[in-house]
Formats: sequence, structure tokens, C-alpha cells
Amino acid sequence: MFDGYTSSELMSIFAMQGFAGLSLFSVFVLMALGLTIIFGQMGVINMAHGEFMILGAYTTYLTSGFFQSYLPGLFGGYFFIAMILAFLVCAALGALVEWLMIRHLYHRPLDTLLATWGLSLIMQQAYRSIFGAREVGVDLPQWMLGAFNVTDLVQLPINGLFVMIIALSIAVGLYLLMYRSGYGRKVRAVVQNRPMAEAVGINSAGIDRATFALGCGIAGVAGAAFTMIGSTGPSSGQAYIVDTFLVVVFGGAQSLIGTIVSAFGISQAQSTMEFFLSGSMAKVLTLLVVIGILMLRPEGLMALKVRR
Amino acid sequence: MDTTDIAASGRSFSKGLGFRKSLMTLAASVMLATSAQAATPSTDEVNTTGLAVTDDTVTVGILHSITGTMAISEIGSVQAEKLAIDQINASGGVLGRQIDFVQEDGASDWPTFAEKSRKLLRQDNVAAIFGAWTSASRKAVLPVMEQYNGMLYYPTFYEGLEQSPNVVYTGQEATQQILASLNWAAETKGAKSFYLLGSDYIWPRTSNKIARKHIEDKLGLKVSGEEYYPLGHTQFNSVINKIKLKKPDVIFASVVGGSNVAFYKQMKAAGIDFTDEKPLLLTISVTEDEIRGIGGENVDGIYASMKYFQSLDNANNEEFVAAFKEAYGDDMVIGDVTQAAYLGPWLWKAAVEKAGSFDIDKIREEFAGIEFKKAPEGYVRIHENHHLWSKTRIGQAQTDGQYKVVFETEELMEPDPFPEGYQ
Repeated sequence: MFDGYTSSELMSIFAMQGFAGLSLFSVFVLMALGLTIIFGQMGVINMAHGEFMILGAYTTYLTSGFFQSYLPGLFGGYFFIAMILAFLVCAALGALVEWLMIRHLYHRPLDTLLATWGLSLIMQQAYRSIFGAREVGVDLPQWMLGAFNVTDLVQLPINGLFVMIIALSIAVGLYLLMYRSGYGRKVRAVVQNRPMAEAVGINSAGIDRATFALGCGIAGVAGAAFTMIGSTGPSSGQAYIVDTFLVVVFGGAQSLIGTIVSAFGISQAQSTMEFFLSGSMAKVLTLLVVIGILMLRPEGLMALKVRR
Repeated sequence: MDTTDIAASGRSFSKGLGFRKSLMTLAASVMLATSAQAATPSTDEVNTTGLAVTDDTVTVGILHSITGTMAISEIGSVQAEKLAIDQINASGGVLGRQIDFVQEDGASDWPTFAEKSRKLLRQDNVAAIFGAWTSASRKAVLPVMEQYNGMLYYPTFYEGLEQSPNVVYTGQEATQQILASLNWAAETKGAKSFYLLGSDYIWPRTSNKIARKHIEDKLGLKVSGEEYYPLGHTQFNSVINKIKLKKPDVIFASVVGGSNVAFYKQMKAAGIDFTDEKPLLLTISVTEDEIRGIGGENVDGIYASMKYFQSLDNANNEEFVAAFKEAYGDDMVIGDVTQAAYLGPWLWKAAVEKAGSFDIDKIREEFAGIEFKKAPEGYVRIHENHHLWSKTRIGQAQTDGQYKVVFETEELMEPDPFPEGYQ
């Protein structure tokens, strides 16, 4: 399997694949964080998570079109505006969905699964009616296109680095929000003991809505980031959702840290195997390993200790 | 254009047809009065097998996915087939009869394709079906066509290894698309090594098998890698690294669908500039339709091997593009398969008129040698194996999303669905 490569080439391979793995890792983290929050804090499995990502991507597409037509001079910076808009649009829709649908289903967790799946179909059809069935391309400003040349063989794509920075910022931001802020304390209080939290004056319904909106908003930012590397079409969300669930379940569905560890493990394993085996085979092997570990640890890598 | 638009245009179209039909009846009665009826043969004569043919109409079927994941690709084919039917009707129809159509939705689901084709043949008694796109949908429809003796006009370039008395293949089979383009890369561009890359299903795998045989055995050159990724895959960093390391002269790509967007964007981000032609990228799966989603700047300089490009410079094509844009809007682009779909109704009309009958068995006898001189791709002729003779062309993608034709075979290539030594 290492035949035909010189040792300096092998060094480059591992460097490049390590970086490719890191890009994949940041993609996984972006996809999974929103889902983890919603599931971990509220017990709701959001099957429409992929469609919220695509909503973020379409928001980016519209913003880029707007800047091209009306503010061509500022096109280089449109992406930052697009990310903020994507977060706001998705969070707003998330809050609305929570109010219309999810809050009536908290006592029936399996029904949220069905309801959000229905929601995902509705959203897909809405995209198809509004934007057409074909994929749309999002133009990137020139400065995002190139790559840093480290050596002849090792090149770091700028947009890959950019996705990494976004993923890192969101992960750190979320950690601070959940473990170092008043809001986070309230969320954790509601999760641990809802009646008691309400008794001390926490508005648990408001916390639920904010948490759901937050998860959807993060999905939107992820979608905005993905326009740099992938395609945006009505059903692109489905392409991501399987990998996302894989990461979340493998990490232990309630745990932010577990999600990050699992995203790292899966992405590095897949990226390294992709180089020496074929792409499809790498995916199969990754799945087999994940299944094996889940058989040993059904709660995932970093399950919270729960009292039964 | 989305699916609701399609449905709407279908509706308004058939309304127009109704109006035209009544005009025709009027015209026919005028003709009766002036005893110039000889042009239209009687229905008993031209239809002995119970097809949906009346004295002034003949019904055909259109069977494509206008919902589901394949709608993106198949909508162009539906548009082209309707345009051809519309034009044939305006020029007097087939054997003096106006074409009516029944459209069914295969919904990107192969059992549905089989079900709907059975309905079109058994219930609507259609005289021909224009449809199917993926090989899977064709394979699902095939046994139904053979059981009830229908005739399918199938537009997509495909892997070959098939020939049915009940199908006319208006797209290219694998050798027509691949061999000439590999020869071109070797001769004109001096390519020595090839990297084969595709989505993981039957068409790319068969195509690459043929490509590898040709590269290694016929051209005596090197295949430096062969790789497949699942449909819908969006992370191509690893294979891009491999390509950088192996430095092939040609990347031969058959990645399909949305994966293409990710693939070309990541190539560009990794600093590979296709206008340098080092490596040169030759694709058999990216038409003008896909470029709309990928973005012209991401594919600038790649080469595609097709039989048709929207930019083909001939009088037939000029008319076709103008008519297509008039019918469906100026921002429409026309890809290879859309053109092949447009050929279906015209070839059917030629065959019916040569046979002097709508009967499938009589038409089948006449296929060999039927030609269509007004084809947008220039000229086509049906081979006795039910595929078309056609030219292979190489186009180079421009930033505006159109291909510039840089090469075409001098002669029409003979279709060879069962290439000896390539399987």
C-alpha cells in the first residue's frame, strides 16, 4: 500500500491528507453542532437539519447576487454579511417552527422525528418552487479562491482554512455560551430538572425556543460555509444528513465534546484511508468501524452519565 | 424552470393543441370539399394493431422524471421532445395526423417508470414513447416495452452493452463518446498518462473499463490511477492530492450530478488551473446544463467529449437554439442529452413515413438507414443496431458556461454497443 512512494512523498502525503482530514473535520463539526445542541438539550431529533443548512446556503446565494448587482465594490466582503444573514434567517425560521410545531410535541419524542421529516420535505419542495430544481452556483470573491503553497506538493486551499476558522469559532463560542453564560446555565437547569427550573423562575418555554433557534442558526452558518466547497440544490441537504447523524450518534448524542472528538476520529480515518484505498471503500470501512465501536459502547464515545 | 412551470407549460401547450386541432379539422373539411384528400391515408391502412390513431391525431407518450432527484436532468429532455412535437405538428404532422401526447412522471423511481410505461402502452395505446434517462430507468422500462411491443426513443449517452428491437438509442454509446476523445488527447495533446475518476455506479465504471482497455492496449499508454466516489460525495481533497502527486497528463472524469460542483470548486481552490492544461481534464459527464450549477469560472479550460454543444456552428443548430429559447426563455442552456431527446420525435416521424404505417413491426423494418438532415448536431442516421451514427466532438469550456468546439471527427462514428475486446 505504500509502494511506489518515496519517503519524502510519503511525508507530503500524510501532511496533505492530514490537512484534508482537518477540512473534513471542520465540515463535520459545522454540520453536527446544531443537531447536537437541539438533541442534547431538548431531546428533539431534527430531521430537517439538512434543509436548514441549505436555507443558509440559499441565503448566501441571494446575498452574493445582491452584492454583485448593487454593491460590486464590496463583493470581497459579502461573505461575512451572508453568514450573519444566514444565521438570522435560519434562527428566525427555527423559532417559528418551534412555536408552530415542536413545542406541541415535547412529550412525544418519536413524533418530533416524523414532524421534522415532514418539515424537511416541505422545505425541499419550497426550494424547488422558488429556486428551481437545478443546482445554483455561488460566486466567491477572488481572494478566497487560491491556495498557500507550503511546498511543491503541499498546498493549503484558502477556503478550506476559512471553513476551519468558522468551525473553530462556532465551537468555542458555543462552549462559552453553554458553560460560561447565564443562558447556558438556564439551559442546563431546564435539561436537568424542568419543574425545579421553572420553580426558580426560569422561563423554560423561552429557553426551548431560543435553543431550537440557536441550533437552526448554526445549521444556517454551516450552509453558508458549504457554498464555498459544495453544491446548493433543493435536495443537497440529504447528502449531508447521513454523515451528520453518524457523527452525532458516534460521539454520544448529548455531548458537545463527544461530537467534536467523533468528528475528528471519523474525518481523519476516512481521509487517510481514502488515499490508500478507493473512496467508496474508505466510506465502507469507516462505517464498519463506527458500527463495531457502537456495539461495544451503545451510548457513543462520550455518553453523559445518566441515572436510570 | 421548476416542475410547476413545466406542468403549466404542458397545460397551455395542450390548450394550444386543442385550438390547432379544431383549425385542422376545419382545414380538413375544406380539403375534403376541394377533393384533395389523397395526402392522408385512411386509419385502417396505417394502424392495424390498435394504437391510439384516429383520422386526424396520433398519440405518443413522454415519460421522464419531472419530480425527484433526476428532474434536474430530465426537464431539458421533456422540453426538447415537446418542442419537436410542436414543430412537427406545425409542419403538418405525421401521415397527415397531428401528434397528441400523454405525459407521465417517472418520479426518479425505477419501478414507477415501469408502471407508467405499462400504462402508456396498455391504456393509452401510444404509438411511441420518448423517455427514460438513467440506465436504471431504461432497464426498468425495457421488459415492458418488449412484452407489449412498444417502441422507446432513449436520449442519454450510456454504457452500451445493450440492443433491443424495442428501443432506439438517440444518444451515444460508450465507444462513440470515449475512443475518439482518448485518441485526440494522445495525438493532439501528446498525453502519456491518464487518471480515471468517476461516480460509483455502472455507467462510469463501464466507461472507464473501455477507456482503460483503449489507453493500455490500443494506444500503449499508461493509466496512473482509477478511482470512484459515492453519488453525492462532496469531499474530493484526497483524490486531488493523489492527482497532484501522480501528475497524470489527463484526468478522465465521469463524476455525475451535484458532486461535480464540489469537485470543480475544490480543484480550483487547490490551485489547479485547467487553462494551463497541466493536467488536462477531459469529462464525459459535464454538459452546459451542469456548468450552470458549477459556475463557468470553475470549469474554465476543461474539455468535454460529447456529440453536441449548444455552440455548434451550423444552420440547423442556429434554428434549434433560437426555437428552444423562444419556447422556454432566453436563459435556457441546451446540453448534449437535450439535443438527443429532440431527435426522438423527428426520427420516429421519418420512420413512420418511410413505413407508411404507425405499426411498430413495420416501422422496425425500416429503421436502418433512416436519416435526419435537420438534426441540430448536423446529420444523423440510424444504424441497423438501433443506435445512431454520429460525430464525436471535443469542446473546451469557457467562462460564460459555453463550450468552444476544438475538434470533431471527420466521419460519423459507427455505433458499436458490444465492442469486441473492450469488455
